[in-house]
Amino acid sequence: MVALADSVLDLLREVKDPELPMVDVVELGIVRDVRVTDDGVRVDITPTYTACPAISMIKDDIVDMLTTHGFPNVTVRTVYSPAWTTDWMGEEAKEKLRAAGIAPPGRVDEQPLVMLHRAPRVVACPYCGSSDSEERSEFGSTACKSIHYCNNCHQPF
Amino acid sequence: MESSISSGADSGADSGTDPGTNSGATSDGSQLDIAALPTADRAALFEFLQRIGDDRLVLGHRLSEWCGHAPILEEDIALGNIALDLLGQATRALELAGEAENAGRSADALAYFREAIDFRNLQLVELPPGDFGYTITRQFFFDAFSIHFMDALQNSTHAELAALAVKATKEERYHLRHSSEWMIKLGQGTEESHARVQRSVNELWRFVGEMFKVDEVDRRMAQLGIAPLASDFRARWDSVVSDVLARAELDHPQDEFFARGGRVGHHTEYLGHMLAEMQIVARSHPGVEW
Repeated sequence: MVALADSVLDLLREVKDPELPMVDVVELGIVRDVRVTDDGVRVDITPTYTACPAISMIKDDIVDMLTTHGFPNVTVRTVYSPAWTTDWMGEEAKEKLRAAGIAPPGRVDEQPLVMLHRAPRVVACPYCGSSDSEERSEFGSTACKSIHYCNNCHQPF
Repeated sequence: MESSISSGADSGADSGTDPGTNSGATSDGSQLDIAALPTADRAALFEFLQRIGDDRLVLGHRLSEWCGHAPILEEDIALGNIALDLLGQATRALELAGEAENAGRSADALAYFREAIDFRNLQLVELPPGDFGYTITRQFFFDAFSIHFMDALQNSTHAELAALAVKATKEERYHLRHSSEWMIKLGQGTEESHARVQRSVNELWRFVGEMFKVDEVDRRMAQLGIAPLASDFRARWDSVVSDVLARAELDHPQDEFFARGGRVGHHTEYLGHMLAEMQIVARSHPGVEW
């Protein structure tokens, strides 16, 4: 059964995040649990944000992937706890994001609940590597991205 | 006959290592068995979860009205992002409300097929968006409330609600930072922006009291360990609001009359109009999918 769970996990590595197609759902850290029983396969995933619009698409993709590879009765549950953080992403995934022009996140430090004036993060430009960048907005094209600008190579990222 | 793999090991982080936040478990490990609650308590829980869901559903919809209209592109994206977070929180809260009610209603059924009188949101969140300063002021008052509410809710005896709160607390940090930064920018900005945001603060002040009004439902939730009493963190809300208003060089209004009634279905005329637009597609084409 452990071998089966391993092969499920291998198949899940083929399922890409629809919004970040360069990374798969396992290396993104959103697959929380895989259980294979006589009754079927259960996969637990956690959204990066509560309203992550990709989550239902990812669910469908997982069911399709496992069903077409002979696993019957696939259920995908959404679990909210423990909550996803960028720390759950593997180094390889971060490297793939960088190659795609998305600066991967650093470690998440403990922060006070109310922090009105957060010092801007120093983020290395994914194109030229310069640290001379500025944060333009904490809210990006998807809920899990923010917008930065490189003062060195003048690329937004 | 069961095997399990947690992918956390592969990515170099075990599940459960979640720096900076509560894992969602209650401090003493006790969790409530919702199914075993007496009928009256389940009804109270249903009411309460609708309040959480409706605040966020209605405010999220009001924010989404800015899509394509915000003053700058980054702000359009930011308001859309925040709206989306709120809709996500609302969806989960209304799913849990449906489970508490145990009458087979989904989150969509609650969102699209209840009338205004059945909505349990604060009047603050249903008011039309007004100008940008008005939207930001309303958002700031709500964010300063929601961050403390969600933070305390992480310790809920209702395990799924606690899990939602862990997630929502992370989101609220961004929201409050966004709205408070704008309060300061607008307050310290031009004469025009200062005057407009001051007017919004004054006009919206009478709607803030409802956030901290406690009734029988709230008291029962607190007794069951499901939720904090909002009155318990009023002082923390006050301190954030006073701090930001001072930095924004805005006058702090005096407490006078506070409107209330949203929690029991008494709403301003604006909610019905908003719902008409929000609900029309679902009602015209029941069960439609796209």
